[in-house]
Amino acid sequence: MEAFVKPGEKNRLKERPERPVKQELQPRVVKTPDGQEITVEPLKDYYCEAPPRVHPPAYAKIVEDLFNWARAESLWILGFGTGCGAIEMRPLMTPRFDAYRYGIQWRPTPRQANLFVISGYLSVKTLKRAIRSYEQMQNPKYVVGLGSCTINGGMYWDSYNTIKRLDRYLPVDLYITGCMPRPEALLAGFLELKKIIKAGKGEGANRYAENFDWYKANQKQVIHDWDMPDYSW
Amino acid sequence: MTFEWMKIPFALLTLFIVVNYGLLLTALMQKIAARVGGRYGIPIYQNYIDLLKNYALRSAITHGFMFYLGPVFRLTGGVGLLLFVPTIYGSAMFSNMSFAGDLILALYFIFFGSLGMALGAGESGHPYSAIGVSRGLSQVTMAELPLALAVFAIAVQYQTLSITEIVAAQQGGFLHWTLFTNPLAVIAAMLSFLGSMMRPPFDVVLAPQEIPIGPPTEYHSAYLALMQTNRVIFPIAKIVIFMNLFFGGASNWPVFFVKVFAIYMVSVLVGVVFPRFRVEQSIRWFMVWAVPIGIAAILIV
Ligand code: SF4
Repeated sequence: MEAFVKPGEKNRLKERPERPVKQELQPRVVKTPDGQEITVEPLKDYYCEAPPRVHPPAYAKIVEDLFNWARAESLWILGFGTGCGAIEMRPLMTPRFDAYRYGIQWRPTPRQANLFVISGYLSVKTLKRAIRSYEQMQNPKYVVGLGSCTINGGMYWDSYNTIKRLDRYLPVDLYITGCMPRPEALLAGFLELKKIIKAGKGEGANRYAENFDWYKANQKQVIHDWDMPDYSW
Repeated sequence: MTFEWMKIPFALLTLFIVVNYGLLLTALMQKIAARVGGRYGIPIYQNYIDLLKNYALRSAITHGFMFYLGPVFRLTGGVGLLLFVPTIYGSAMFSNMSFAGDLILALYFIFFGSLGMALGAGESGHPYSAIGVSRGLSQVTMAELPLALAVFAIAVQYQTLSITEIVAAQQGGFLHWTLFTNPLAVIAAMLSFLGSMMRPPFDVVLAPQEIPIGPPTEYHSAYLALMQTNRVIFPIAKIVIFMNLFFGGASNWPVFFVKVFAIYMVSVLVGVVFPRFRVEQSIRWFMVWAVPIGIAAILIV
């Protein structure tokens, strides 16, 4: 796949001047308490630079089916609220909707979550954080786009600072439409996602790894101050 | 004393029963807490699914050697604690590896897991882990003090360091339980118990929503699954000690289940009613309420 550039349009990515690396990210020499001098290179030391790998389903079909069932019945959502839609996620935890019944929980850290809900418009600044959070999640992982903003830009269609189509930047498994979708719609969406996972089609993480260059090119096209390595597990 | 090989399968059986009981029990406790909040709560078998899912995650990354060992140490702490105390009193099958001085060893094992966790979480390099670890170690150390005092009190009372003998001394009607023969020690120990169960008001270590979840912030996949396994074994192993020391032990599995449930309920009931303490508040609370009672318990024996 090619980077997302409209026919006839110039690839602005190539013309953009190199930005200087931020000061806190430049390599520096630090003196330890016992007098040694060590070089700290934040971009190398704090991140992993290996690209993501494809992890194909490794076991026999019956085992994978069991695992997929377990994955579907235990959706741990990353507590990351973007856009207005995040406000509709909270009622899901309350007695009225109580998503815990369906094995849905909220985890505060991307390491332990396996479902990333992009709950509305994504500003470019947030997209950067969303990408880093997504990459820190463990395979298999799922992305749900919430609301019309993630599908086509919604009412932010001509905004200078939000992205329009989420699936150009992250592999989306499911969209829930509405502006904004009600909690019932979210629950229905999650049940639908369970069906997708049980059918073995929730392979977004592998799609991301396979088309890594395409996703990265798209991401870099909108994120201008790209001051991180290409892959930050 | 000769070692009987037959003990190993029995010990594994104990472990199996306790793991399953623990998975169901913690889910039940979460359900009870949810009902208090007016929710329906998770399905009773949810813990099994979560565990299976975490073992089934395909990728895992590491932050270094201790990062691997952290969960392993933690699980060793839980399993070791369980295996070295007699689970069922008077049963050759389920007395496990208990021996004459096991009380001291048990105290050591209670602490062992926290230390392993501290090392592993420190290696992960996440600032929230570091905060969680420092909070955790100070709080656990403080909560351990009343327990140690209570244990010394009853060791003096019964003139032994063997858990089996302590249980034996409490047989013959519930008025023989330490609960009635030495209530101060039991109160001190139960206050310490609240502090070590990681439930409110003493859950500032994990502090969900505040420092994401404290020490395990960076743990995922199979590491997390190991820690979840420990999370169900460890409280029960600890409750088994409390049951043996203070509540007359259990002479068969049904009594065991009921007593463990009741003791666990104490911390859950306290937890759903009281809000979270900060670390310095909880340390002061232990100093003011639990430690003097523990000292009094030793003095009156
Ligand atoms: S879809 Fe509507 S509710 Fe959702 S983020 Fe966009 S504008 Fe807000």
